[in-house]
Amino acid sequence: MTTPKIQLIDVHKSFGPKTVLDGITADIAPAESFVIIGGSGTGKSVTLKCILGLMRPERGSIKVDGEEVVGMRARDRERMLEKFGMLFQGSALFDSLQVWENVAFGLIQGRRMDRRMARDKAMEKLSQVGLGPDVGDLWPAELSGGMQKRVALARAIATEPEIIFFDEPTTGLDPIMADVINNLIVKCVKELGATAVSITHDMHSARKISDRMAMLYRGKLIWVGPTAEVDRADNAYVDQFIHGRAEGPIQMEIRR
Amino acid sequence: MNVLAAIGRVFLGFLQYTGRLTVFTGVAVSHCLRPPIYLRLIARQMLEIGYFSLPVVGLTAIFTGMVLALQSHTGFARFSAEGAVATVVVISMTRELGPVLAGLMVAGRIGAAMAAEIGTMRVTEQVDALETLSTNPYKYLVAPRIIAGLLMLPCLVLVADIIGVFGGFLVGTYQLGYNPATYIHSSWEYLKPIDVISGLIKASVFGFIISLLGCYNGYNSRGGAQGVGQATTNAVVSASILILTSNYILTALFFNK
Ligand SMILES: Nc1ncnc2c1ncn2[C@@H]1O[C@H](COP(=O)(O)OP(=O)(O)OP(=O)(O)O)[C@@H](O)[C@H]1O
Ligand SMILES: [Mg+2]
Repeated sequence: MTTPKIQLIDVHKSFGPKTVLDGITADIAPAESFVIIGGSGTGKSVTLKCILGLMRPERGSIKVDGEEVVGMRARDRERMLEKFGMLFQGSALFDSLQVWENVAFGLIQGRRMDRRMARDKAMEKLSQVGLGPDVGDLWPAELSGGMQKRVALARAIATEPEIIFFDEPTTGLDPIMADVINNLIVKCVKELGATAVSITHDMHSARKISDRMAMLYRGKLIWVGPTAEVDRADNAYVDQFIHGRAEGPIQMEIRR
Repeated sequence: MNVLAAIGRVFLGFLQYTGRLTVFTGVAVSHCLRPPIYLRLIARQMLEIGYFSLPVVGLTAIFTGMVLALQSHTGFARFSAEGAVATVVVISMTRELGPVLAGLMVAGRIGAAMAAEIGTMRVTEQVDALETLSTNPYKYLVAPRIIAGLLMLPCLVLVADIIGVFGGFLVGTYQLGYNPATYIHSSWEYLKPIDVISGLIKASVFGFIISLLGCYNGYNSRGGAQGVGQATTNAVVSASILILTSNYILTALFFNK
């Protein structure tokens, strides 16, 4: 068996008294598209941030290409992060830089590419997410939420990283544009051979982009399996979630 | 018992703050010294700190110089030592008031701006985004500001010294009726290089403190707009206190022989 690209072993993370991740274990293979689903506030974004080392889990081990990343030295971590591209849930565009500079940031700062070349490349990536060259010269504050999301997506894939994390890539997009983005993610995995981990609430998108899915509930991955099997999961929680029913074992904390 | 517990908590909090700040300082300084150094960013910060603070610092300096001449004139007239006014103005300005007042004004202007900008970047995950784009936030955000603060404050203070002394000269000659030539002469006569140099060194230290605390508070801000507001306040207050404290220590080091 090849070494998994990303390996999580018994990862725990809590904030004060509140336990968010309570023993997450998963293997993600190279060139696989892995999707994490789960209710709002269950710790999906936190999981990605732990892998990136932006948050430090209290317990457990996270390996990228067989290399332990929890408690990694700063310099090793910088090198490790060169493999990654991340689309943040809230876009996190640099508002002091123009749109094209945002997209080209990883190329100019990380890869030391010439500014002129980086600009061309940024414009190309922008066109892939359905934004024209005129958008490149705007400022992030001048864009709509959905446009910001697409710019952030272009930024995440601009350096053609080995591993790409998409935190809710299609949230806030119209259905047609959402499908364009789905195709783009599939293309990144199929053509560029990237490993993708995505978070989404959009089951249509999840089915389309994923090879395997996992469901996070109460700090644990309660179900992991191939996408084709999600309908036959034989798990009441998964069943309730993918069909979006209010009735079922997952009780929202609402007072009736 | 509760009082003791409260005191203990405050004390522990203080130790924790000091410890964190020390670690932050170490990391930040090490990044100032190691390449890559972002010259564009340093230049932009130098413009922001140096050039755009000139009006504020200039106004502060000229009124300080003027009031200094007026006060020392009325004071010294009591034992007919008016001849010392020019000397008092120039020495107080270069040694103390230039650096301290410029430092405090810049702390309000620049320290706050740094904390707000970096704080907003922190709470909107832009700092995290920097890291994932293989750019070290210390190198990209903190180091340019510290270097610029260190270099620009002495320049500002030199300008403040000159403007302040000129303000004293204006009041001295136009209002108090000193002879301009004598005033200039006695300004120069007792001024030693150390007076100016010690002021400029102080300025450099203050510039470092302002940038460091602005960045530190912004970098560690939490929890949305409110957290950023808190960080901004903390940056200005802690920088001001540290400026006054270190001013005393530096003065003692320079002149207490
Ligand atoms: N910096 C933080 N400090 C304290 N608590 C946090 C922090 N970040 C996340 N949490 C908590 O961790 C839990 C999981 O957050 P996370 O952002 O991972 O949710 P999520 O699964 O991504 O939800 P959503 O689908 O709404 O984005 C939340 O309950 C939140 O309160
Ligand atoms: Mg999330």
